[in-house]
Amino acid sequence: MSVRFTIPTALCALLLGLMATAQAGFLGQYEVTFLCTMGVYMILAASLNLVNGYMGEFSCGHAGFMAVGAYVSSIVGVFLFVPDQVFGQPWLPMSMAPLAFPIILATGFASAALVGLLVAIPSFKTRGDYLAIITLAAGYIVKSALENIEAVGGPRGFMGMKKVVLGMEEMFPMSWMLLWVFGGVVFTVWVLRRFVYSTYGKGVTAIHQDEVAAEIMSVNTNKMKLVAFMLSSGLAGLAGGLYAYLIGFVNPASFTILRSTECLVMVYLGGMGSLTGSILAAGIFTILLEFLKPLEQLKWVAIPMLLIVLMQFRSEGIMGNRELSDVFPKLKRFYRFK
Amino acid sequence: MLDTIIQQGFNALQLGSYYSLIALGYCLVYGVLLLINFAHGDIFMVGAYVAFFSATALLGQYGFIQPGIPGWVVLALTIPVTMLLTSGVGIFIERVAYKPLRLKGANRLYLVITALMMGIVLEYGNLAILGASRKSFPSLVPRVLIEVGGATVTSLKLAAIVVCFLVFGLLHWVVTRTKLGMAMRAVSYDKFAVPLMGIPLDIIIIFTFFLGSSMAGLAGLLYAMNFPVLDPFMGALVGWKAFIAAVVGGIGEIRGALVGGFLLAFLEVTVAATFSSELRDLISFSILLGILTWKPTGIFGKPRTTKI
Repeated sequence: MSVRFTIPTALCALLLGLMATAQAGFLGQYEVTFLCTMGVYMILAASLNLVNGYMGEFSCGHAGFMAVGAYVSSIVGVFLFVPDQVFGQPWLPMSMAPLAFPIILATGFASAALVGLLVAIPSFKTRGDYLAIITLAAGYIVKSALENIEAVGGPRGFMGMKKVVLGMEEMFPMSWMLLWVFGGVVFTVWVLRRFVYSTYGKGVTAIHQDEVAAEIMSVNTNKMKLVAFMLSSGLAGLAGGLYAYLIGFVNPASFTILRSTECLVMVYLGGMGSLTGSILAAGIFTILLEFLKPLEQLKWVAIPMLLIVLMQFRSEGIMGNRELSDVFPKLKRFYRFK
Repeated sequence: MLDTIIQQGFNALQLGSYYSLIALGYCLVYGVLLLINFAHGDIFMVGAYVAFFSATALLGQYGFIQPGIPGWVVLALTIPVTMLLTSGVGIFIERVAYKPLRLKGANRLYLVITALMMGIVLEYGNLAILGASRKSFPSLVPRVLIEVGGATVTSLKLAAIVVCFLVFGLLHWVVTRTKLGMAMRAVSYDKFAVPLMGIPLDIIIIFTFFLGSSMAGLAGLLYAMNFPVLDPFMGALVGWKAFIAAVVGGIGEIRGALVGGFLLAFLEVTVAATFSSELRDLISFSILLGILTWKPTGIFGKPRTTKI
């Protein structure tokens, strides 16, 4: 087999393997949900890494963008497929759901990217700690706005997404969410890798190194920031949409500052500017969260403590700013796009 | 109408004094170390709990001390104890978590993450040790109602406002008139040249944390006396808001912290009084976002020139 198809083949094999084990009943509902949560966290961590790692800004309102994506894709899905008090009869038959689901996720992506403008436009003039505040305030604004819109349930939250997933499962009984989340993770990593390592995307790293020098070297810094912020928040919206359909319920209280902190933790645990680091850290973090569940409240003492200790002894995170292929150079043989 | 305005004005001043007292701590640490000490809001919470335990211990609840000490004596003893113990916690965090990282010369963002984590450890550590039940703060001095222009204000509310301005005056004097303050400004100006001039950097940093944390402790005590219900997450939201206030004022500038704190409080109270309290965060944060877009370094902040 030609080298250029190794990665796609491996991914397909992994997906098929996962779907087959889930289908055969080796993976129960609990395991599938766990894997999907891990996938959502991977998307969140990788997308935040674009802004916090590659661009070197400090964005701490990622949960806000996730919330926008979650709400918009939930509303679109319920509007299209589920009879609802507010939105009336469904527009499309449920048999269209598997086809329309990527479009539903795409609306979440697009709307979160548009809300990303709220942060992207001030970032032209503002940098560093002031920008951190703008992201923080943007997160609060989104959460507070959602709490005030009665049509989507206000503080009580919004539900009905489970019916779409159940409808899909009725048509063809397999774990659809696993498929969509897997697709989301692959899409995120593919887009981010292609973007960051392209000639155009090297501008993002240039802004991190020295904004003035980047501008002199003809990088359009404003446009670059706009693209980076919108891509990052859009992917967070994608993660939000997947999260909403996975849990089947969204409310503003699940998109607090603690959720943003979790995203930050995964980025810095994995290492700034390392996509594989983020993916790895998201995996480790979800496993830690799950394994430390018996500790109950002490879980949130143990995890930060672990991270503080990690910062003391290896402050650049697990991978630093290297990718897996920098640690094992032989992996590079399997890439077409280097 | 007028009495409502005066009443709401006092509410805003009171809320603003807590924001300002906490924002001053953010601002001092940022000015000296360029570190956003995200654990500061939780140090405020620790201050409230320290005040609770020292007050109840002095009232004789745990049996070390015979009950019967009058309330004002307890209050007079609680204030210094709270300030000292809380600043102890602040300095301990600095020594254990921040200093080793600083000495290693790690990226500034890793320090910020460590600070965030420290805040979470304080919140959930408290929750795990003391349980989820809320504590109610004992009333130490009787509440006296004072009539001001048709509005009634409790003496405690007035005390919070007066204390905030007194502390600000003291702090301003320390920073601008004393040798320690001069050293603090020098560290903020150039961290590398300062040790060469024979200024002990470590002592200045400890002093900064002492000032900031003791003010957070004082704010915690005042807050607990006015709103006598304590829970482990009380510091999180107030802390984040105070940080926003500090940045809007221009972080690193102590006048900015004062003005930003009161500005945020007035915005919040105005929005809550004219529209509804649910819209409070939405509208006040949108206005602050507007201010930051218009003046990217805050109200008092000066834009930094970058040498190429």
